[in-house]
Amino acid sequence: MSNKFIVSPSPHVFGKDTTSKLMRDVLIALLPAFVVTVVIYGMQALVLTGVAVVSCVLFEYLIQKFLLKGSNTINDYSAILTGVLLAFNLPIGIPIWMVVLGSLVSIGIAKMSFGGLGRNPFNPALVGRVFLLLSFPVQMTMFDAPDMVRDALYGATDAMSGATPLAYVKDALKNGCSVSEIMPNISYQNMLLGIKSGSFGEIGALALILGFVYLLVRKVITWHIPLFIVGSMTLFTGALWFFNPEQYMDPIFHILTGGVLLGAIFMATDYVTSPMSKRGMMIYGVGIGVITILIRVWGAYPEGISFAILIMNAVVPILNKYVKPARFGVSK
Amino acid sequence: MLKSFRLGGIHPPENKISRGAAIEQLPLPESVVIPISQHIGAPAVAIVAKGDSVVVGQLIAKAGGFVSSNIHSSVSGVVTAVGDFVDASGLRRVGVIIKVEGDTWLEGIDRDSSLNKICDLEPKEIVSKIAAMGIVGMGGATFPTQVKLSIPEGKKAVYLIINGVECEPYLTADHRVMLERAEEMVVGISILAKALGVVRTYIGVENNKPDAIAHISKVIAEYPNIDIIPLKVKYPQGGEKQLIDAVVALEVPSGAIPIEVGAVVQNVGTALAIYEAVQKNKPLIERVVTVTGKKLEKPSNLMVRVGTSIDSLITYCGGLPENSGKVIGGGPMMGRAMCNLSAPVTKGTSGVLIMPSEESLRRSSSVCIKCAKCVGVCPMGLEPYLLYKLADLGRLADTEEHKVTDCIECGSCSFTCPASLPLLDMIKLGKNEVMKIIRTRK
Repeated sequence: MSNKFIVSPSPHVFGKDTTSKLMRDVLIALLPAFVVTVVIYGMQALVLTGVAVVSCVLFEYLIQKFLLKGSNTINDYSAILTGVLLAFNLPIGIPIWMVVLGSLVSIGIAKMSFGGLGRNPFNPALVGRVFLLLSFPVQMTMFDAPDMVRDALYGATDAMSGATPLAYVKDALKNGCSVSEIMPNISYQNMLLGIKSGSFGEIGALALILGFVYLLVRKVITWHIPLFIVGSMTLFTGALWFFNPEQYMDPIFHILTGGVLLGAIFMATDYVTSPMSKRGMMIYGVGIGVITILIRVWGAYPEGISFAILIMNAVVPILNKYVKPARFGVSK
Repeated sequence: MLKSFRLGGIHPPENKISRGAAIEQLPLPESVVIPISQHIGAPAVAIVAKGDSVVVGQLIAKAGGFVSSNIHSSVSGVVTAVGDFVDASGLRRVGVIIKVEGDTWLEGIDRDSSLNKICDLEPKEIVSKIAAMGIVGMGGATFPTQVKLSIPEGKKAVYLIINGVECEPYLTADHRVMLERAEEMVVGISILAKALGVVRTYIGVENNKPDAIAHISKVIAEYPNIDIIPLKVKYPQGGEKQLIDAVVALEVPSGAIPIEVGAVVQNVGTALAIYEAVQKNKPLIERVVTVTGKKLEKPSNLMVRVGTSIDSLITYCGGLPENSGKVIGGGPMMGRAMCNLSAPVTKGTSGVLIMPSEESLRRSSSVCIKCAKCVGVCPMGLEPYLLYKLADLGRLADTEEHKVTDCIECGSCSFTCPASLPLLDMIKLGKNEVMKIIRTRK
C-alpha cells in the first residue's frame, strides 16, 4: 500500500457547531418574538428590522473591506444578529435615519474598531441603543402604542397607553400613587402575550422564553446568565416589595417589563462580551440584575438593563482573570 | 440516575460499526516486526540476534529498567534482523524482525481453553509473574502493569476499578472481550484484586453496551467483592481520573496519580492478559484490534499477533477502501494518524480506523468568539482558549500557572470549538515546553 495519507494531530473528528451555525440559531430563537412584534406593530417592525440588518451588514462589509482590508466576515451572521438585536431595542416610531446611525455606531464603533467579531468588549447592539437613547432621548422614549395595544388597554389612563409600563409606574409612584392604585392598569397576561408598549422586540415575554428554551435545547447558551439575572432581580425586588408593597412593584412586574427578558436571554448571553467560567457567569448575572434594579428604583431611567449589561461587560475581563472554573483535583 | 464524571465531557457520534463482529483470529503473517519499545518507559534490551530460532512466547527482549517491559516473540521462526524499521509515524525504531516458520509454542504455555479459576500465588508472585509476561496497560497508554501494581510506601490500594468504558468512538475491542471472554477476564480481575489486596472492585461500563453489562453481571454473581457500575455515555470517561470520579466520586489531586485516593485502574483487555499470563503462562503476544471505518468492507475485531503489519489487517477486512484519506491507530479522539501502514501492531494498538477523505481534513479556523464551550467541556476544569493563547504567545510561566500539565489531551476542546481553532495542538506544544522546564528544575 503506497497511498499517501493525511496526517494531523488528534482529535480526528469534530462537532457540528460552527460560529455561523450558532449565530443562526440565535436568529431562529428570536423568530417567535419577531412574529409577535410583526403581528402587533405591523409592517413598520419589519421595515425597521430590515433597515437595521441591511445597514449593519453593509457597514461591516465596507469597514472590513476598505478600512481593515481583511477578508469578508459577513457570512458569519453576527452582523445580521447585531442588526436584529439593535432593532428589537428601538421604539417603533423611530425615524429610519436614526436606525442607520445606530447601526453605524454598533458596527463601526462598538465592534469593528476593536477588530471585529470576538474582540469587542461591549455588546454592539446595546452600544448602538444607548448611543441613540442618550443622543435622542425624546424619539427613543416615544412609545407609540399600536391600535391593538390601545384596544386591549381600553379604560386605562391616557398615560398608560403611550408610555411603557415601567415609565408609567415610575411616574405614577413619583406622583404619589400607591401600587394598589396602579395595579388595575397593569395586566400580566397582556405582558406575556406582548400587548404592551415598549421597544418592539421586547414586548412578548412568552415568545422570548420560547426562544430561551430553543437556545438551551440547542446548547447555544447555558442557563446560568439568564437565570442569575432574573433570580437576583426577583430576590432584590421581592425584598423591597415584601418590605413595602404599596411603594414597590412586585418581582413579576419587573421581570416582564423593560426588556429584561430580551436582555437576559439574548443580550447578556452574547458570547464575546460575557464571562468564560460558570462562576463568572453567575457573578455577572447577579451584577446585571442588581444594577438594573438600582437604576429602576433609585435612578433616573425607568428601565436599566441596557446600562447594567454594558457596565457588567466592562467587568468581564476582570472576572475572566480572577474567577476560574472549578479545576479537577484542586481543593476548593 | 447513571453515574458519570462531574466536570465537562462531550458526546461524539459513537459509530461503533464493528460492535456485532465476533473476535476472529487473524491468520499468521509471513513475518513480524516486534519493536523493543512498545510501552511507556525505557526500551527493552534485545537478547536474540540474527539467525536465532525462536518459538511463540519466548523472551526476545528484557525489560530495560524498572519502568519497562519484557518483550516476547509472537511467532515461531528465525530472526532475520535486529535493527531499524519504520513505525506508523514514519520514525525509525529498533525492532526484532522474525520470519515465520510454523507455529511452535514455548513449553509450559497452557493452550487449553478450559477455565482455571484457582490462583494459589502470593501477591508478590503475581506481580512478578505479570512483569515476566510483559503485561502493559492495553487501553492505549501501555504503562507497564507491574509498576502500577507496586503500591508506593505509605499508600494503600482500596479500590480496583476495571475500565470497560471504551469511550473512544468506533472502537469495540474491549466490548467484544467483555462479551466473549468475560469468564477469563473476571478471573483476571480477581487475581488483580488479590495482588493489590483491595477491598472493593468495580467494573465501569458505559450504558451503550447493555449486552456486556448483562453478561458480566451474570459472570460476577459468584464474586461477592466485584460490582459492575453502568455509566452514562460521556467522553472521556475512559480517562483514568474521570473513571475514578465517575465510579467512586473521588478526585485525584492535580499532579498526583490514582493511588493517592486509593484507586488502581486497569483496562478489561489487560485483565484478560493477566488471566492468561498468570493462569496459562502466556506472555502478551497477541491482542484484540478493532479494524473499522465507514467505507471498510468488513469492519472486524481481530485477534492479532504483535508485530503483524497494519496493512495485512486492512487487507483481511476487505482492503483499503477507495478515497481513504486518513488511517488512525486507535480511536478518532486520541489516536494517531499513520503514514506508514507496513508498521506493526504493538501491545497498545486498540484499533485501526480508516477515515474517508471527506472526513479527513479539518475545517479552516476562524477567530475565537469566547463562546466558553471549550471551558464547559474540559473534563479537567481548564481554560483551553486561554492555554491556547498563552502557549501561542510563548508565555510558558503563565501556561504552567494555568495548569497545562493537568491536560489529559482528550481533545474535547478542539472537538467542540465552533471556530475550529487548533486548541489541543497548541496546548500540547505548550505542555511539552512546560514539562521540559519542569524536568530541568529537578
